[in-house]
Amino acid sequence: MAYRSTVGTSGYVFADLREVMAKASPARSGDYLAGLGARSYEERMAARMVLADLPLQRFLDEALIPYEADEITRLIIDRHDANAFAPVRSLTVGEFRHWLLLDSTDSAALAAAAPGITPEMAAAVSKLMRNQDLILAARKCRVLTRFRNTLGLPGHLAVRLQPNHPTDDLHGIAASLLDGLLYGAGDAVVGINPASDSLNTMQGLWRMLDEVRERFDIPMQSCVLTHVTHQIRAIEQGVPIDLVFQSIAGTEQANASFGVTLGLLREAHEAALSLGRGTLGDNVMYFETGQGSALSAGGHHGVDQQTCEARAYAVAREFRPLLTNTVVGFIGPEYLYDGKQIIRAGLEDHFCGKLLGVPMGCDVCYTNHAEADQDDMDTLMTLLANAGLTFIMGVPGADDIMLNYQSTSFHDALYLRSLMGLKRAPEFEAWLARMDIADAHGRLREVGRGHALLRELPFMHTA
Amino acid sequence: MTDHTPVASLALGNPWEALRRHTAARIALGRVGASLPTAEVLRLGLAHAQARDAVHTPLDFDALASDMLSDGWRTQRVSSQAQDRQTYLLRPDLGRRLRETDALALRTIGTIMELAIVVADGLSSTAVQRHAVPLLASFRTVFETDWTKVPVILVEQGRVAIGDDIGEALQARLVVVLIGERPGLSSPDSLGIYLTFAPRRGRMDSERNCISNVRPEGLDYAAAACKLANLCRGALIGGLTGVALKEDSDFPPSLP
Repeated sequence: MAYRSTVGTSGYVFADLREVMAKASPARSGDYLAGLGARSYEERMAARMVLADLPLQRFLDEALIPYEADEITRLIIDRHDANAFAPVRSLTVGEFRHWLLLDSTDSAALAAAAPGITPEMAAAVSKLMRNQDLILAARKCRVLTRFRNTLGLPGHLAVRLQPNHPTDDLHGIAASLLDGLLYGAGDAVVGINPASDSLNTMQGLWRMLDEVRERFDIPMQSCVLTHVTHQIRAIEQGVPIDLVFQSIAGTEQANASFGVTLGLLREAHEAALSLGRGTLGDNVMYFETGQGSALSAGGHHGVDQQTCEARAYAVAREFRPLLTNTVVGFIGPEYLYDGKQIIRAGLEDHFCGKLLGVPMGCDVCYTNHAEADQDDMDTLMTLLANAGLTFIMGVPGADDIMLNYQSTSFHDALYLRSLMGLKRAPEFEAWLARMDIADAHGRLREVGRGHALLRELPFMHTA
Repeated sequence: MTDHTPVASLALGNPWEALRRHTAARIALGRVGASLPTAEVLRLGLAHAQARDAVHTPLDFDALASDMLSDGWRTQRVSSQAQDRQTYLLRPDLGRRLRETDALALRTIGTIMELAIVVADGLSSTAVQRHAVPLLASFRTVFETDWTKVPVILVEQGRVAIGDDIGEALQARLVVVLIGERPGLSSPDSLGIYLTFAPRRGRMDSERNCISNVRPEGLDYAAAACKLANLCRGALIGGLTGVALKEDSDFPPSLP
């Protein structure tokens, strides 16, 4: 069905809902690469005006990607909760923005509505929201998750410690791990991106992380970010695995390019649950996403990249993850060209994820061929911290020497804590105090040469 | 009596600098309050500047061609369909395609050949400027072919897959693409090598083999040349490249 809009003397026609969504999206290089972006500034606003007047119900009646063609669409429609949808079902997209921003729409109302909100509704309203709206509305969303600690509490920010090494050298990884722990990072997860694809090498990583955790009794969880099939096999072999990781996307075809289906994710989820390693809760999955993955895989079906991304959060929430991370600037300038586009995308992803009930963190990051720098990352991390972001990355000096991109550092997390009084996961913060790494207020202490971590951790794997 | 090493007068050092011998990661940076000491802010800024320069400084093709010539290579210069760096960054598809006029010119060379070498600027002109000539010199000593028949095609604004268009125009059995990889802060000058058997437009990345991180601080010229020679021999004997050709089929997360 076609949609029409008139601005002054210019008439605009959009062939279908997909085109309205794509044309209404804030400008980004990936949508132009796909040939979907608005052809003029006025056309973009005309599309937004059409979108503002559409009832939310339309997204249940007109699937952007056909139900028959895509298992993610089927997941979204089959799991839609009509009762949860009831409080907003009569609203247009424009009125939905109002509802989100009302003082009376509190955390409880948002959590109750989440199962009734589809990714397409979240994406649609985000296209009408300015950055400040995305921050204000997301800040009211609460998503609490637990494994060995508690994540997502208001006034808290966690850190994924990312101690990567280009050859998976255990000493090199241990050195970065130690650096991170002594800088008070690691409450979200200690997550290694392995350079190798070998199960043997990865077993060494899993075992080392588990030994360190047990030796120092750290209330944390670990993860090796390899393909889900490797992790299922490792679980069968008795490897101590906390969180199971997978990159996911918002269409069946894009997921196929990652080598996963919903069925395989279900199998992985069950395998992780079978270990029962979480002491406080059973959120056992860690997902990563990022705008542009569907187009990159040739599986976007003419849907704009931000909407495809929001659909990935429907996949995530199906498996009640501990953490979901939008790796916002990693994909490169052909999808998000510069600091402005990366900042906007980070805020959109966080808002859409939280609105759908997903524990969103953000890898605030960029590559050296994007028009961005550390100042842009400072801006985005500060905005996201205000928006109630669940976690950021902690990479030594923000320089990932394995993946060759810049993320956020242990120091960056300290900056946000200092600026906004943000706390770590309470169980982890208590551990830091017990270990004399931080004081009772969470402020770092000066660590001397004789500290137990310094004395033992670097030598645990020399034997 | 404090136990730390001062980074500078007001900054607090970390007593685990010794662990830096295990990793190039930026550990034990010290802090002032929550923040990085000035020296580290500058060190990171300099590394980023060098990586940016590697992306945006145009490759000096005249100098490269002249270096190649004095090393005994005959070169020909071509361009992709991306006319400038911004287009190159925004439109990877154009960087993969050879300009039509250049494709015609290459077809006139067109005797059937075993091997063609492509040198493309990619995402790091620094890498190509520094490492292409010495790497090829090393390769020539460890691989046997009729070297007088091997052309070196220099490509402006090229991506990996442009080797397919070039190899197809030249009717080469095997194409070797040397290209500047996406620069990291600690490696602004990494050269990548991609090998494709029976190159033609539409080849998938899974049909190539890759040797990554070629630079003196990473995989040195001799080791890279040796790997490349092994792969070339395997490809010519087996009649294929890609995941089915072992020795080194690791791919980086994304091609330059």
